[in-house]
Amino acid sequence: MAKVLKKVDVVTAGVGFAGGIVAAECAKAGLSVVGLERGEKRGLADFQEIHDEWRYAVNYGLMQDLSKETVTFRNDRSMKALPMRRLGSFLLGDGLGGSGVHWNGMEFRFFPYDFEIKTMTEKRYGNKLSKDYLIRDWGLTYDELEPYYDRFEKITAVSGSDSNPMEGKRANPYPLPPLADTPILQKFGSAAKSLKCHPYILPAAIASEPYVNPDGERLNPCQYCGYCERFGCEYNSKASPVNTVIPTALKTGRYELRCNCNVVEVLKKGGKATGLRYIDTLTMEEYIQPAEIVVLSSFVMNNAKLLMVSGIGEQYNPATGRGTLGKNYCYQITPATTGFFDKEMNVFAGAGALGIGIDDYNADYFDHSNLDFIHGALISLLQTGKRPIESNAVPAGTPGWGAKFKEASLYNFNRSLSVSAQGASMPHKENYLSLDDTYKDAYGLPLLRMTYNFTDQDRALFRFITSKTEAIVRAMGAKSVSSKPDSRNYNIVPYQTTHNTGGTIMGAEPGGSVVNTYAQHWDMDNLFVIGAGNFPHNSGRNPTGTVGALSYRCAEGIIKYGSKGGSLV
Amino acid sequence: MPEKTDLSRRGFLKGTGAAAGFIIAGGGILAAGAAGAAADAAHDSNGEKTCGPFRGRMFFTDSLEFQTISEAAERIFPKDKNGPGAIELAVPYFIDNQLAAGFGYNAREYTMGPYYKGAPTQGYQGAMVRRDVFRRGIAALNREANTRYKSDFPDLTDSQKDDVLRVFEAGKADFDGVSSAWFFGLLKSAVLAGVYADPIYSGNNDMQGWIMKRYPGAQMSYKAIIKDAEFQEIEPMSLADMQ
Repeated sequence: MAKVLKKVDVVTAGVGFAGGIVAAECAKAGLSVVGLERGEKRGLADFQEIHDEWRYAVNYGLMQDLSKETVTFRNDRSMKALPMRRLGSFLLGDGLGGSGVHWNGMEFRFFPYDFEIKTMTEKRYGNKLSKDYLIRDWGLTYDELEPYYDRFEKITAVSGSDSNPMEGKRANPYPLPPLADTPILQKFGSAAKSLKCHPYILPAAIASEPYVNPDGERLNPCQYCGYCERFGCEYNSKASPVNTVIPTALKTGRYELRCNCNVVEVLKKGGKATGLRYIDTLTMEEYIQPAEIVVLSSFVMNNAKLLMVSGIGEQYNPATGRGTLGKNYCYQITPATTGFFDKEMNVFAGAGALGIGIDDYNADYFDHSNLDFIHGALISLLQTGKRPIESNAVPAGTPGWGAKFKEASLYNFNRSLSVSAQGASMPHKENYLSLDDTYKDAYGLPLLRMTYNFTDQDRALFRFITSKTEAIVRAMGAKSVSSKPDSRNYNIVPYQTTHNTGGTIMGAEPGGSVVNTYAQHWDMDNLFVIGAGNFPHNSGRNPTGTVGALSYRCAEGIIKYGSKGGSLV
Repeated sequence: MPEKTDLSRRGFLKGTGAAAGFIIAGGGILAAGAAGAAADAAHDSNGEKTCGPFRGRMFFTDSLEFQTISEAAERIFPKDKNGPGAIELAVPYFIDNQLAAGFGYNAREYTMGPYYKGAPTQGYQGAMVRRDVFRRGIAALNREANTRYKSDFPDLTDSQKDDVLRVFEAGKADFDGVSSAWFFGLLKSAVLAGVYADPIYSGNNDMQGWIMKRYPGAQMSYKAIIKDAEFQEIEPMSLADMQ
C-alpha cells in the first residue's frame, strides 16, 4: 500500500526548468511546494571532472536510463512500434535540472509569426498547406509573452546582441553583452554579409561577464572550455535549473525537493487532481503526495504519458481526428554542410551557445509565394568545442576506415567547420503520441508510443535550406563541401535534435487543445501541464526560451489560481 | 600521471626465452603465443616503453578473440607516418575493458522483449547485448577468413584482412540475426573511441591519439586564446592529471 504523505499546496512531477520555475515563483509567493524528480540529485560539485567525451557525450552519462523507461517508435500507423533501445535522435534528460543541465544554452524567443501562424500564413498565402497539416494559432501573441521572455532571460544571464533585425520587439536589451566574437564566427559573418544576409551573435544563457540574477543567484564568466553540450558546467557559467531557480526555491524554506522519485499517476476525484502517486526508485516503496495543485513539469514525452496513464483528457485518434491528447507532436529538420579549409583553427575551444546565425530564411521573413513550404530555419555556425571521438569529418570520396581515413580525419579535424540549421516542424495529422500496446517500463506502465515521419513540407524545407548552408560554406572559402543528405523517412538512430514538442498543446479554446495559455488543463482546473509539449508546432529555433517564458506565465497562473480558483481564462 | 614501465608480455616472454617457441607451436598454445604477440605490440611502440603498468584483459577469454579484435582494429586505424595505430594505442584493451563493464551489458539501454526485426529507422532490435555481439562477430570474422583464405583472421595478410572487413561493411556476412554492416559500424565506433577517449579508460595510450589529432584533451579554460586567429598548440591533459 502506498504511504500517504502530508498535503502541500503544490506538487510538481519533474524538476527541470519548468518545475524549477514553478517551484521558485510559487514558494516565493508563500505556497508550500514539493518537487518530485526521478533522477539523481546533482550540482556543481558533480561537474568538476566533466570533460569526458566517452562518459558523457558518447555514453550519455547525464541522460535518461533507458533500462527503466524509453519510448517506442514507428514511422506510420501501419508499422509495429518498437522500443528505442539506445538514445540517438534526441537525448532525454535525467536527474535534477533535467535537460536544462546538459543543454547548449541557446536561449531564443520564438517569432511573432509563430504565435499566429495560421492567421498570418492564410492572410499572405491563402491555404498553402493541405488540411492534413494541423497548424493553429497559439492563443496568445508574442507581445503577450514578451514580459515572460524578458524575465527568463534575466534569470538565466542571457548574453546576446540586439543586432538581429528579424525578430520580435524587445522591451529591454539582453542582460549581458554577447559571448566572444571569434575568428571562426567572423568567417561565417563575412560570408553571410557577402550573401546579403544579416548575421548576429546568438543569444546564450551563458554568462559573458560576472552576473547576479534578480533572484540573487550568481553566474560566473564563461571559460570557453568547450564542454557544454551533453555536459554540466563546472563553472556555473551556463545557466541551468540547478544554479538558478532550484536554489531560489530552496532559499524560501517552503520548497522540498525529493530526488529518485518516479511519478506513475495523477490521482483525481470529482473533476480535480488530488495529488501524485510515485515510486522511490531506490527502495521501490510507493507514496502518495496529496496537493491542492498538481503540476506536470517533466519532458514532452512523460507529461503526455502521465495524462494518458491517468486517464485525463481524450486521446487523439488520427483516423477520426477526435481527441487532443498526443496530437501535434513535432520535431525539427537539421540540414548541415561541412566545409574543409586549408588553415588549422582552434575548434576545440568554445561554448555550447557560442555561435553566429541568420534568420533571413526563418519564419516568414522571406517570400514563400513560389515555394512549396512555409516557415524556415535558423542557419548558424556553432563553436561548441569540437570533440575527437565523434568528430571525424572527411571530404567526400574518402574511405570510411583504414590508412586514408586516418590521414584525412586527422588532417581535417582542426580544418573543418559545419554550418547547420534547425528547420521548423509543422504538425501533421499522422504524427502523434499515444500509449504502446506491447512494451512496458520498469514500473509496469505502458511505454509512450511515438508515430512520426517527415512530411513533404519537411523535405521541401530541407532541400531549400541545404542550398543556403552550402552557399554560406562556399562563401567562407571552403575548398570542398559536403552536405547532409535529405532522409526521406525519419530515423530514430542518428542524433538530430532534442527539440521535441507537442502532445499536450495549448490553445485559446478547449476544443482543439489540452491546456489553456496558462498551461491549465481544460478538464481539470487545478492541474497544470507545462513544457514544450504545449507548443502547437515547433519553430526554427531552440525551444528552451519559450519553455521558460511559458513556465513563468504558468507560475503566475498557479499563484492566481491558488488565491481565487477557477479557470484562468 | 602514473609512472610508465615496460611490463609488457614481451618482457616476460623474452625473459623466459619462450616467445618465438610459443608462436610456432600449434593448437591452444598457438593462440596463447599469438595473443602474446598482440599484447607485445600493444605495449611496445617503436621499441619505446609507452604503456601504463597495469593493462590487462577483463573480458575476452580465448586469446584468438583478443588477437582478432586487435588486428581488425589495427586495419581500421593503422599505424602510419602520422603515428601509432590501434594496437599501439591500446585500443584492444579499451574495447575489452569496456565490454566487461556497463557498455558490454547495454546497462542503461532498454533490453526487454519481445524482439522483432524492425525497420532500419527503428534502430537495433536484437536480444544480444554488445558483449555477445562482439564475441559472435569475432567468430564470424574468423569464419569468413577461413572460408576465403583457410586461415584465422589474425594470420591473413593486410589486404586479405581488408577484404574480409569490406565484406562485413557491405553487409554480406550477417551472423546470428545481426547485420554485419551494423557490427562493422559498432566496431569502427569502438575503435575510434579507444583511439580518442581519455586515457583513464586504457586506450589512447599516452594521449597519442590526441597528439596526432592536435586535440588538447581535458583543459580547464580557453578564455585566454578564444579570440586568437592562429592555431594554438597546447600540450594535452588527461582527467588523470586532475586527480
